[in-house]
Amino acid sequence: MFKKLIVFILIGVIGYMLTVTFSNIPLGENRIGSLDNPETVSAFYLNKSPQDLKVANTITAIVVNFRGFDTLGEVTVLFLAATGLASILYRKEDEEEEENIKHFAHRLNLPSSSLVRTGAKILFPLLLLLGIYVFIHGHLTPGGGFQGGAIIATGFLLMLISYKGFQTNHKVMVWLESLAGLGFVGIGLYGLIAYGSFLQNTGWTGNLNDLISGGLIPLIYIFIGIKVATELTNVLDILLNIKPRKK
Amino acid sequence: MALLLFLIVMAIILIAAAIFSIVQKDLLFAVLGTGVISLILSIFFYILQAPDVAITEAAIGIALTTIIFIITIRNTTRDENKYNDDHINKFKTKKDV
Repeated sequence: MFKKLIVFILIGVIGYMLTVTFSNIPLGENRIGSLDNPETVSAFYLNKSPQDLKVANTITAIVVNFRGFDTLGEVTVLFLAATGLASILYRKEDEEEEENIKHFAHRLNLPSSSLVRTGAKILFPLLLLLGIYVFIHGHLTPGGGFQGGAIIATGFLLMLISYKGFQTNHKVMVWLESLAGLGFVGIGLYGLIAYGSFLQNTGWTGNLNDLISGGLIPLIYIFIGIKVATELTNVLDILLNIKPRKK
Repeated sequence: MALLLFLIVMAIILIAAAIFSIVQKDLLFAVLGTGVISLILSIFFYILQAPDVAITEAAIGIALTTIIFIITIRNTTRDENKYNDDHINKFKTKKDV
């Protein structure tokens, strides 16, 4: 009885708080942001990104500049996911595990057909080029660091599944990933030291629609692109090369 | 009008693929169903003027996620029921010992 009373009181308190919160939100009103409705935050972004920042792609301006700290968090989440995957899959194999691997060994060692291998060889440099294009032009055209990085990772995936002996250079990957992450944080700290807030953009922005414009935004997106590409490639490499350790 | 018809057909295929990938017992086909969902979603995002999201969905949803699931299936078991039976038997033998 006493427990039920506490539960009812708690439900009442939560219900009261929710009612107070939701009564302050003007539900049903037209809050879709546009340039005609200058009070909304999207109108602020739409006005500010071409005029002050000289960035044609407003989404890039939001992701890298206005919400740059969130993007740093996203990159960290991806990094932690890759680290967790590596630590799970590189565990010590017991006897049961070795039996499993023997059982699946014949499937893992099948070579791909020559059609797949030739196609992969032709498509791989084109995919790399497309990915690099997407993240270098992130402030001008749709796409950016995450998209370009994912495209590059699909290119590496194509090579990894077509050629059995294809291996990524782990040292280069680790260095690239670490330097890209450090570069992102370093740009943030530069903003903090030079302009007073983390990831603050520079005053110099160039002209709208130029390749070198938008201050630090293209540089940050290049770092993000390299980081995402190396991380996703590492994830795929780990997944495709699950092997027992030699004792 | 033609665009609307196209969208309606695509939406029906989307829902059908979603139901297919839930119901299907063969995990490989279920994963391919999720790939179809991502493909149609990326077309939708492009039509709804969100090209950034469309590129992300195309690269990650269609290619990477599907391939990671297929690699996982290759390293485990393809049939859902067989996997469950194997697990149940494994626990049974451990208890008996």
